[in-house]
Formats: sequence, structure tokens, C-alpha cells
Amino acid sequence: MLLIHCPYCDETLPEMEFAYAGEAHVARPVDPSRTTDEEWRDHLFVRSNTRGPHAERWRHVHGCARFFNAVRDTVTDRVLATYPAGSPRPDLPGKDTP
Amino acid sequence: MGATHVPMVEDLPPRHRLSLRVREGGRGAVGAALGLDLPERVGERARGGGREALCLGPDEWLIEAEEADAAALARALGGVDVSHAAVDISDREVGFRVSGPGTLALLAMGCPRDVARIAPGRGARTIFHGASVVIRREAEEEVRIDIWRSVAPHVRALMETGLKELRAGL
Ligand SMILES: [Zn+2]
Repeated sequence: MLLIHCPYCDETLPEMEFAYAGEAHVARPVDPSRTTDEEWRDHLFVRSNTRGPHAERWRHVHGCARFFNAVRDTVTDRVLATYPAGSPRPDLPGKDTP
Repeated sequence: MGATHVPMVEDLPPRHRLSLRVREGGRGAVGAALGLDLPERVGERARGGGREALCLGPDEWLIEAEEADAAALARALGGVDVSHAAVDISDREVGFRVSGPGTLALLAMGCPRDVARIAPGRGARTIFHGASVVIRREAEEEVRIDIWRSVAPHVRALMETGLKELRAGL
């Protein structure tokens, strides 16, 4: 089981209190009526499928109930950092390891 | 086999409960109306005048009071000139108390969180036997649990199994 640090509770807590919510920093189209079918497809379905550090959304659903972001290494399953929703992805050493 | 400690589990009488949501800018005004200094950090509690607030999230508090206080609470919040939401969840929740030596052992059977790390006087929303609960650590060996009424019998049955295991010295 993962131990995840919730940036709002400021505590490191068991994964069972949390829910995964997909890739982070996926921006919704600003002007949906001017968005092409291809752009909509990319927004809805195309994800980076990263091997290595991956920025993703989590929700502390059985806790403070807040969404936040985490960088998790998809190879080692280690959570490298967590940060509040709306803030930029932190620079981590080894971020670009394949 | 070591000494067997079997805690006591008891149902608590109904209480008035409100789920309160208010943004940072309105926390002071809503707290003043309630007569409570709404705590800022998740897990902290404030008490006064028979009312209690537990901070569950950055903008969420659980307010607890006597049932007879319900109308006065609604009046107090009705006079607040700050945008907030206060939802009466009294009918949704039931409460029970676990106390005595063995309390933390019984809690550990269903809670992934280390309840020993919730300091006495603090509280948290977490998960217990698969159900979302609010736990308040009242003392070293005393915990109050708020749980949804519909899942309470299921969780209580699992706790009875746990008590049997503790009695058997497992
Ligand atoms: Zn949290």
C-alpha cells in the first residue's frame, strides 16, 4: 500500500483514504465551440502514458475530500511529490528519466 | 498469550450535526455566529457553549450540538452575511463510543490509519471497515465514531467479531 502525503492535511496517510483521478495538468479547451473534433479527442482521450515520473490527480476522498496533484514514478510506484491543485508541477531531480 | 484487553462499545444518544462549508474569508464571521473559533487546520477541534466544531477539510467543518440547540443554531447562521453552506446531517449519522484498554487494537482491525497518531483532543475523517467515518480521539483509550446510519449495523457486526477475537486472546 502507498503512503501518500496530503498537502491539505499535511499528513502522510494510507492509500485507502485516497482515490486516483487521472493525469494532472490537462487543460480544458478555453473556447469549446471553436474546438475541432481532433482537439476534443485529444483533450478527452489522449494521455501521456508516461513511463517514469507522472503528474496525476488524487483525491483525499476519505479525509479532507480535496483534489491535489502528485508526481508518481510509474515504474517504481513511488510518490515523489504532492502539491495543491492549481500549482505548477514541481521540478524534481531525475524528472526526465525514461 | 498476553493480557486480554477488551474495550467497551456503546451507542451514543442522537446529536444535532451540521456539515458546514465556508471559504477562508468567511471563517471568522461564521465562527463568531456559532460562538466558536473555527479551527484552521484539518483535525483540530473547538468547543464552547455545548457546541463543537471539528475541521475536516480546508473549508469544511463538522458542527455538533445538543438536539435542542438545532433551532438556535439555524437562527444564528441565518443572520450571517457571508456566503456559506450549513447542511443538517443529523439523520444521516449515528455515533458510538469505544473506550477502555484495547480501544486502539479494535480500531486497528478496520482502520488503515494509525489511530494512535490522532492525538487525544483531535479528530479526522477516515475509513473504518470500508465505511467513511469521523473519528474523535477523546482520550488515550477513548474514541467516538460517527458513521452513516445505513452502514452502521454492518460495521458494528464486524466490531463484534473483533471483540470476540480480543476476548479469545487472538
Ligand atoms: Zn487531506
